[in-house]
Amino acid sequence: MENIIEISNLSKSYDKLKAVDDLSFAVKKGQLFAFLGENGAGKSTTISIMCGTLKKDQGKIVINGLSLDTDLEKISAQIGVVFQNSVLDGVLSVKDNLYLRASLYGIVGVQAKERVKYLAKVLDFEDLLNKTVNKLSGGQRRRIDVARALIHNPKILILDEPTTGLDPHTRRTLWSVIENLRKKEKITVFLTTHYMEETADADYVVILEKGKISAEGTPLELKNKYTGDFVTVYHASESKIKKLGLKYEVLPDAIRISVPNTNSAKELIIKHPELFEDFEITKGKMDDVFLSVTGKKLEETL
Amino acid sequence: MSTFCMLTKRNIKVFFKDKGMFFTSLITPIILLVLYVTFLAKIYRDSFASNLPQGFELSQGVIDGTVGGQLFSSLLAVVCVTVAFCSNLLMVQDKINGARKDFLVTPVKRYKLALSYYFGSLLTTLIICIVATLACFVYLAFAGWFLSFGDIVLILVDVILLTMFGVAFSSIINIFLSTNGQASAVGTVVSAGYGFICGAYMPISQFGIGLQRILMFFPGTYGTSLIRKHSLAGVYKQMAKEGIPADVIERIKDSIDCNIYFFGKQVSIGAMYGVIIGSIAVLLGVYVLIMYLRSKKNKA
Repeated sequence: MENIIEISNLSKSYDKLKAVDDLSFAVKKGQLFAFLGENGAGKSTTISIMCGTLKKDQGKIVINGLSLDTDLEKISAQIGVVFQNSVLDGVLSVKDNLYLRASLYGIVGVQAKERVKYLAKVLDFEDLLNKTVNKLSGGQRRRIDVARALIHNPKILILDEPTTGLDPHTRRTLWSVIENLRKKEKITVFLTTHYMEETADADYVVILEKGKISAEGTPLELKNKYTGDFVTVYHASESKIKKLGLKYEVLPDAIRISVPNTNSAKELIIKHPELFEDFEITKGKMDDVFLSVTGKKLEETL
Repeated sequence: MSTFCMLTKRNIKVFFKDKGMFFTSLITPIILLVLYVTFLAKIYRDSFASNLPQGFELSQGVIDGTVGGQLFSSLLAVVCVTVAFCSNLLMVQDKINGARKDFLVTPVKRYKLALSYYFGSLLTTLIICIVATLACFVYLAFAGWFLSFGDIVLILVDVILLTMFGVAFSSIINIFLSTNGQASAVGTVVSAGYGFICGAYMPISQFGIGLQRILMFFPGTYGTSLIRKHSLAGVYKQMAKEGIPADVIERIKDSIDCNIYFFGKQVSIGAMYGVIIGSIAVLLGVYVLIMYLRSKKNKA
């Protein structure tokens, strides 16, 4: 698959603080790419540079074959951004907001009307078009934010912590909308989030720390590398599990035992069949990966 | 509709729909009008009547017309600039709520964005200032009407020019503001101080020579003088008809800044227009240049 974003040796400093330090990575066309890191890791700086709103100190960014140094305007037309906070005009109607944003990309008149109509149908907000943005609920507003980001039919959709502050139901709805769009419009999604479970379906994950990549790979690769497996045993006696000498956690109605990998889990079960009558083996979660990656580094610095 | 027109339309719409911003900008003209009508008018009238040379008498209508014209011009001179600062706050608000960031990730040219703020603010300020001018005309009709059609046209031209100046001036200041606190601090300073330095609250002729000379370098002073000249032109003609000698009329003009002097030399009307138009062009140029340099500094 072809790369749609190529970042090589990108650096940016604010005075003495290195926000992005010799960063290099690539995103393939159509991927759901998760860009993770703690606050201040350099995610927003990288996104701002990619969007052309912040000057880089050095490095090269190529987006869909275009260099950021020479083709910023063309690149801007290919990127849609959903910011962390809604940036629409609260006092204007949804329709007015979307028509204005469309005009910024040269989409006006019938073309703009058709695009807004299409997005309203796909994102299910036809009944909200005449409503004032300030009067929308958090979830409705987010759908309009996504529509704004897609108004010019971009090739890349940047989602900068799009679900922060949303309730679980709205978060799920938003993700199903994005997933549908990804399949229908075949756009590349560049995601930053604090909700690690949202990255489980990503095609590729990069974890950033102090402006540098501290881990990268597919979610499975990361889970295999940075977390072990878990064997959850139901209706087991804690005293017997304790005798195994493994790290475990008592859950309501179950005990979760940590094992280094799936093979160890298999061996454990074969060795103690009497303990494992009702059980399941699961991989670690992306939360565990993130904590493991950033935690490990933290230990190193201590 | 082009991107520029859409952005300008958006700026005007947001201003009028944002009740906070709209009413804040109306507060200044309303407070000033009430203050002038209820309090300052009497002071101006008493001061003018007591300063008339001995042996000369004027009809009550002319005195009221003079005071009305003086109040009228002072109010408009202040309003054109203070309202401009209020309406231009959208620029700062867009930075605070992130709308500006949203505009900057689009291919829209930065100069178009800068000019859309200028023209959006200019149109909203003009709407308010023209309404204020009409309200002042109504006040003058009751206080003493001496305006000719030509005077009305020239007053409207002065209001438009002074508004253009106010908006260009506020645009430059607002570039550097990025928080609500800074914006309200600047708004307070301008509302309180501008009337004094442009000679609206008190004629510059009553300040000390040193201060007068400094204030002559401020273009707003010439805007105030222009509006005052045109709003009192009819009154002076009436004074001449009532037998007041030309030199006395000139002294009155000097005392209320209808005549202003740059290092002792009287400034002609043409020169005043030149200063105002020149400063609008310079300020606008500086504004676009700063916006361009700032975006170049931040852009990839």
